[in-house]
Amino acid sequence: MDITIQDYLNILPLIIIAAGILISVVIEMYAKNSEKILPWFSIVIFFSAGYYALFTVNSQSVLFSNMIVTGGTANIFFFLFCFGAAIVSLLSIDYLKKAGIYFGEYYILLQSAVLGMMLLANARDLVMIFIGLEQMSIPFYVLAGFNRKKHFSNEAALKYFLLGAFATGFIVFGMGLIYGSVGSMSIDAIMTKFGDVSTNAVFIIGVLLFIIGFSFKIAAFPFHMWVPDVYQGSPTTVTAIMSTGGKAAAFSALFIALSPFFGDVSFNIFKPFLSALAVLSMLFGSIVAIAQTDIKRMLAYSSISHAGYMLIGVTSGLASGTAGVIFYLAAYTFMNLGAFGIVSMLEGENDTNLKIDDYINLGKKNPLIAGLLSIFMFALSGLPPFAGFFGKYYVFISAIESGMTWLAIVGVISSVISVYFYLRLVVLMYFKEGNEGINPTVSNTALLGVVIAALIVILIGLFPGSIIELISTFVI
Amino acid sequence: MLESYIPIMLVLGFAVVFAMAAVFSSKLFGPQRPNPEKLSTYESGVKPIGTTHERVSIKYYLIAMLFIIFDIEVIFVYPWAVEFRQLFAEFGISVFVSMFIFLVVFELGFLYAYKKGGFDWD
Amino acid sequence: MIPIEYYLILSAFMFIMGVIGVLTRKNAIIVFMSIELMLNSANLTFVTFSSYLGNVTGQLFVFFVMTVAAAEAAVGLAIIIALFRNKQTVSIDEINILKW
Repeated sequence: MDITIQDYLNILPLIIIAAGILISVVIEMYAKNSEKILPWFSIVIFFSAGYYALFTVNSQSVLFSNMIVTGGTANIFFFLFCFGAAIVSLLSIDYLKKAGIYFGEYYILLQSAVLGMMLLANARDLVMIFIGLEQMSIPFYVLAGFNRKKHFSNEAALKYFLLGAFATGFIVFGMGLIYGSVGSMSIDAIMTKFGDVSTNAVFIIGVLLFIIGFSFKIAAFPFHMWVPDVYQGSPTTVTAIMSTGGKAAAFSALFIALSPFFGDVSFNIFKPFLSALAVLSMLFGSIVAIAQTDIKRMLAYSSISHAGYMLIGVTSGLASGTAGVIFYLAAYTFMNLGAFGIVSMLEGENDTNLKIDDYINLGKKNPLIAGLLSIFMFALSGLPPFAGFFGKYYVFISAIESGMTWLAIVGVISSVISVYFYLRLVVLMYFKEGNEGINPTVSNTALLGVVIAALIVILIGLFPGSIIELISTFVI
Repeated sequence: MLESYIPIMLVLGFAVVFAMAAVFSSKLFGPQRPNPEKLSTYESGVKPIGTTHERVSIKYYLIAMLFIIFDIEVIFVYPWAVEFRQLFAEFGISVFVSMFIFLVVFELGFLYAYKKGGFDWD
Repeated sequence: MIPIEYYLILSAFMFIMGVIGVLTRKNAIIVFMSIELMLNSANLTFVTFSSYLGNVTGQLFVFFVMTVAAAEAAVGLAIIIALFRNKQTVSIDEINILKW
């Protein structure tokens, strides 16, 4: 088992980020003007890692005694995480100054969290899933409480920490039971032994505990309690990466752990459970979001309902469902990042300008921002020309293919409900009489980040066919 | 099997009985003439200040946290050190290099904590 | 040789105690201790299966769980201290500015 140069080239995105963390620590320790260097350094790191990952998407390999895989879907996820984090870094430069919470550690923690997400996405072993999960979650706990003088932020961090650690307990215990019944922690070993253990009660309970733990992380319905509070209390840019990258990483790990089940009859055991999670998340998220007055809370509930749509694709248990969810995650990552990016731009000092009513007349006062926000809202609600529509389309198609048409119907009903609260924001921005509302000052770097997100959302919406084809070639 | 534990049980039993007897016999037989001077915390005359529920400086927690983190990482070094000869014979220099990288990362964290004043007591 | 079921029942019992502790206790630090109990019950499961199967991966994984639990403890206590400095309490009932 010699490790060749090619193997190191395949994991270069991971190496870039890991080296980036260490160099950032040194910069933070010794550089006088680290406040100017660090943000741009981390943006360069993220862009180069993400671009390289997309560039080498075809070089698939299994490395380090079956611990990690590279290429294929893993690299697509790398691209999502790295570009998402790069956009978040752009948003953060002025946001941190505005909120008065600039610490160099912010970018170091952001890079650490992205490294964790990447380890989750390319894991091929339950050990790697655990390490990646914690490498992602622990920086997020700190980032959620980054505004340490504020009660909101403290509370968000404590809730996120306690419930996140609680979920970790479930995941680790589930892994213990899976290990006990299979005799190994490698996904490949689970696949080979699958015929013997697929009806074993210990194994099934282990997988169920594992799914419950990850339902916390992806914010599905009965385990969603922390989501609105944490999303509201954390600094907005942190919420942006937490709700997109964190969710995408948790989904990627769920796919890896469930991959032995796909295409097997024993997956039917989980179907009622997963479809119940999906239906409840979709409907709960969409209905409760209508009643919200705080825009961050509204987006939090919308993120719960999006977790529900994505769970439909998982429930289908088909390759087309997996590809659909990955496409959906790509679209969701950039549209949600854009929406939270605009919220972070408009946010005033001391958590002001976060009510939905503050967005009244934005269309007259700042047409550019209002136009961009409308694009993201149309995309999130799933209206046709934008990325969100095709994500939902592929996921619903996979549900129909697997014979669960009712699930697709519930999904359509829920998206119709959700159109109301997304479009209400657009209506408030453009079609409201009077002159109230805020006069935002706009930061240029953040605007750049949001424009990049908007361009990617439009691109995904324009060429959905070729993107889903690319993803499908890598999903077995 | 269980019989071999009898001596230990006997010793434990004797220890408990003797300790209780020592405490209570002095209470039972000794003369007791309490006065305020005798009942005060320090009989030698120093007046006690404040309560016993004194808050420890927040710095203490910082040191304790850093201790937890740096202490537990040694868990990876021990098995490596114990098996080093065998691993070295099998895999060569890469065994050494990998632990070296681990320790560099580790020491960087230590240096960072030091630079940021994590170890300053005041 | 003690049968494997005994260990598994003990670890399941510890896990359930941890879950009940998280759900019912009001002090943030005690909730956190209950979470540690859950992690340790998982560790017990791993070590049991590892010795039962004669496979060393389980014991190795316990090392990782322990180190990660230590990192989590450090971060968690730091968060609790930050909250305590602001609010002078660690009771979950009083942590309610955000609607739960």
